[in-house]
Amino acid sequence: MSSRYEIRFSGSGGQGMILAGIIMAEAAAIYGDKNAVQSQSYGPESRGGASKAEVIISSQPIDYPKATAIDCMLAMTQEACTKYHKDIKEGGILLVDSDEVKEFPQGKFRLLKFPIINTAREELGKTIVANIISLGMIAELTGVVTHEAIEKAVLSRVPPAFLELNKKALQIGFEKAKTLK
Amino acid sequence: MAEKKKKLLQGNEACVEGALYAGCRFYAGYPITPSTEIAEGMSVRLPKLGGKFIQMEDEIASMAAIIGASLAGLKTLTATSGPGFSLKQEAIGYACLAEIPCVVINVMRGGPSTGYPTGPSQADIMQAKWGTHGDHPAISVTPAYVQEILTETVRAFNLAEKYRTPVVVLYDEIVGHMREPITMPAPGEIEVVDRAKVTCKPEEYFPYDDKYEVAPLAPFGTGYRFHVTGLNHKQDGFPTNDPKIIRENNERIMRKIENHKEDIWKNEETFLDDAEVAVFTIGSTARSARYAVNEARKAGIKAGLLRPLTIWPFPDRAVAELAKKVKAIIVPELNLGQMVLEVERCSRGATKVEGIHRVDGEPITPAQILEVIRKYK
Repeated sequence: MSSRYEIRFSGSGGQGMILAGIIMAEAAAIYGDKNAVQSQSYGPESRGGASKAEVIISSQPIDYPKATAIDCMLAMTQEACTKYHKDIKEGGILLVDSDEVKEFPQGKFRLLKFPIINTAREELGKTIVANIISLGMIAELTGVVTHEAIEKAVLSRVPPAFLELNKKALQIGFEKAKTLK
Repeated sequence: MAEKKKKLLQGNEACVEGALYAGCRFYAGYPITPSTEIAEGMSVRLPKLGGKFIQMEDEIASMAAIIGASLAGLKTLTATSGPGFSLKQEAIGYACLAEIPCVVINVMRGGPSTGYPTGPSQADIMQAKWGTHGDHPAISVTPAYVQEILTETVRAFNLAEKYRTPVVVLYDEIVGHMREPITMPAPGEIEVVDRAKVTCKPEEYFPYDDKYEVAPLAPFGTGYRFHVTGLNHKQDGFPTNDPKIIRENNERIMRKIENHKEDIWKNEETFLDDAEVAVFTIGSTARSARYAVNEARKAGIKAGLLRPLTIWPFPDRAVAELAKKVKAIIVPELNLGQMVLEVERCSRGATKVEGIHRVDGEPITPAQILEVIRKYK
């Protein structure tokens, strides 16, 4: 089981958690040299509700596509944090948006708090790139994909007019994560 | 660098690629979660290829539309999920009896009724065989990996054309919505079967010519005029009350599949050579099973997996042979007991058959399967 690296992105519908999962999987499997599968779970709402995307990264073929023991989880809302944190493995990472999550789950994992959405608002004027900042933070914190691979994956998924914005968001993510290490 | 470019595709996107690769040029559908991405993809891609996409008023109309377009000579597709699959059944029966090739994708979600739209299920396995009334032929293919959805969709079109019958591609929400890297096949890399050409003159043509087990189907609008009906019919397509012809035709549409099961069956075997306990399952559950079997082997348990990629006609011989070799066959499935009944039937008491069933919208986990495997080590 240790050949699997499992990441869960969770938040509410519309926060770009599934897109973050897709980009992470592409960074690993298309722009990196690993295998990856991405799956998701969401309710019937197109906005709101708890939503999650999971990415399994491995050097081996991947059969079971869902998380079993999570190495790194992101929670962008309290509801998602409370609902989805239980599968984080011992020694894993839980990264939460510190403005959103106030009740912290207990467990033998590293809890990292950062105002992700607010940073997107203050430094870039757009909360929509909060998911890209988180991708930068997770790439930096886990080292599971290289900066180069995640950047290529992000830039291949965004419209040309927003390349610079997303590039900056990713850089901010890399830098902010260093302060948490 | 890999020689071929990999792409991260969703299962439903791979289905679109497979349909287009097979030469599908007509899609009619009524979008429904978790199959909607197939309609979206076809609506973008088909017009660029000179094909037609129609969003119909409902599911049965979609089915009727693909039957009509197929009669006009095109390879045709519709996609749906359980509730829509129910509504299509009358027209699926029509296509079985009138022998009109077409492909129906059913991305299975929780049921019955509207059920659980965004949750996975494998509860339409029996419906794929028995959904429409009367004795009728049924072919269903069951991919479990994104790459396989592409290749199995191509195979579904091939089987539909070869046997002049509707073919159902059955997979669950997990496989339909997950993304995996896949490589796109080059033209010619995967076999594509095109419809048999009619060689006789129009005045000599019979759409159900009794010289053939499967007669060639002439495209409407090419001078070959014929009648199509859901009534039992003669070789010219017109209705008949003749018991001999009715019997012969009803038996032939079953025989054309029954006699060619070897060609239609497709099984993947993992560690079955020396297996003492085997798992039999499809789709996302087979992914959990393969994981569980690998873990069991690491723990020194001789476990194996029989994974059918054709669930209908049921792989009766493979199951019968397996039943003679193993202490138990475990059948995990996202329903309350469907495939397990067939496995019991085919095992004929030669081994113990145990189902694992789950209907809460969550997948059957590798741990659940491993726990049952351990019982039989």
